[in-house]
Amino acid sequence: MSDESTDEIPQTLPLDAWHRARDGRMVPFAGYWMPVQYEGIMAEHQWTRSSAGLFDVSHMGQLLISGEAADEALETVMPGDIKGLTEGRMRYSLLLNDSGGVLDDLMVTRTRGDLYVVVNGAMKYDDIGHLHEQLPEDVTLNHMDEQALLALQGPKAVDALSRLSPGVERLVFMTAGAFRLGGVSCWISRSGYTGEDGFEISLPASAAEAIATLLCEQPEVKPVGLGARDSLRLEAGLPLYGHDLDPDTTPISADLGFAIPKRRREEGGFPGCDRIQIERAEGPVVKRVGLIVEGRQPVRDGGVVLDGDGNEVGRVTSGGFSPTLQVPIAMAYVPVSLAAADTTVTLQQRGKLFQAKVVPMPFVPHNYVRKGA
Amino acid sequence: MTLYFTKDHEWISVDGDTATVGITDYAQSQLGDVVFVEVPAAGTNVEKGKEAAVVESVKAASDVYAPVSGEVTEGNAALEADPSLVNSAAESDGWFFKLTLANAGELDGLMDEAGYKAFVETL
Repeated sequence: MSDESTDEIPQTLPLDAWHRARDGRMVPFAGYWMPVQYEGIMAEHQWTRSSAGLFDVSHMGQLLISGEAADEALETVMPGDIKGLTEGRMRYSLLLNDSGGVLDDLMVTRTRGDLYVVVNGAMKYDDIGHLHEQLPEDVTLNHMDEQALLALQGPKAVDALSRLSPGVERLVFMTAGAFRLGGVSCWISRSGYTGEDGFEISLPASAAEAIATLLCEQPEVKPVGLGARDSLRLEAGLPLYGHDLDPDTTPISADLGFAIPKRRREEGGFPGCDRIQIERAEGPVVKRVGLIVEGRQPVRDGGVVLDGDGNEVGRVTSGGFSPTLQVPIAMAYVPVSLAAADTTVTLQQRGKLFQAKVVPMPFVPHNYVRKGA
Repeated sequence: MTLYFTKDHEWISVDGDTATVGITDYAQSQLGDVVFVEVPAAGTNVEKGKEAAVVESVKAASDVYAPVSGEVTEGNAALEADPSLVNSAAESDGWFFKLTLANAGELDGLMDEAGYKAFVETL
């Protein structure tokens, strides 16, 4: 999702002292001091892929949107099927501007009576302003800034969490519900940003230290920082707002067409729908693709894609070394003519040329627990 | 053999007019897991304060500046096969390159081991 930094003095989050006590290396991120790593990004990455990592994502914006026709109102600002969302189910969606550009990406869940929305930390105040402007007066928006947010991710997350909060094992990917955890009422979803099975836990900030400690007392669980969060989401092919998505990117060029279901495509009624319908019919000019870079040196955000004549025709928006595959991987926007799998493209970074091959994403298979599986 | 350190966290081991250059253990701990190192080839002339090598960790790319000027006599080929030597042995097997000093006077003003240790403690 996002790591856009602000110029303001970083604020502290509820688990600040908890991270420091565990030797978390704190860096400014999205306006907050956050742990980039504890024992090391590579080790934390591998631990999450093989066991369970606990991520503090309390910087993210947690919003509660209420009102008789809140779902209908949200459909005017995002292209998801919000009206069709039943209680306890969640969807990935996008806030769009009038040109169909992405203002933020987010998750919407229907709770008992309301819609619970989680947005990027660096974008939350912009999003709140935008929603206040766009939503009708009988829809209310509550910024739940007294809530912390934890993500427990990895193949053994279910073992650790179901021991403490029996019943969570019955959730499947992209469903959620209210549970007791460590004597506290939490809202828990089976979702995440690593490509692994796992959970996201919204809980009162006042209980965050106790619950984080309780989770890390489970033998499967270790705290994991933002560094591994980034390498995990990159391997999972998941876009990061501010890098792979921005207001000049449309959902179609970002290859997020799945976030616009058939009814919304046909009915329209969301910002930028004319442009998005045209792009969908005729194809976008550029498209987000996955790349494996030859050699060992990563090509990161800011690298450019060159055509055969050396002209800049695209850009790398995320890149790094894949701890799982042990090769450099990247996401880039390339002309559609270069977007097919196995196409070789030339990249340039700091004056040096690299060869890369377009590959399908995710780079590392997702490991979600789906209904009926 | 005399050991010098820079504020950019490089070490230089000098033996006559030959110097071996690497990054310090403190530097590798700040970088985190090193996944790629590019060292200069033999015959390259490097200039004090100018980029001489590149080191990439999982999270970022960093330039390594030449702490002194000279002609490179050898880049550490072992780092190509195993960049993690920089993490495991920053101040020994994880050396970056060797050079022939162009101007031994450039060593004046660099820190010794005790001076560098004191410098790191202020960070």
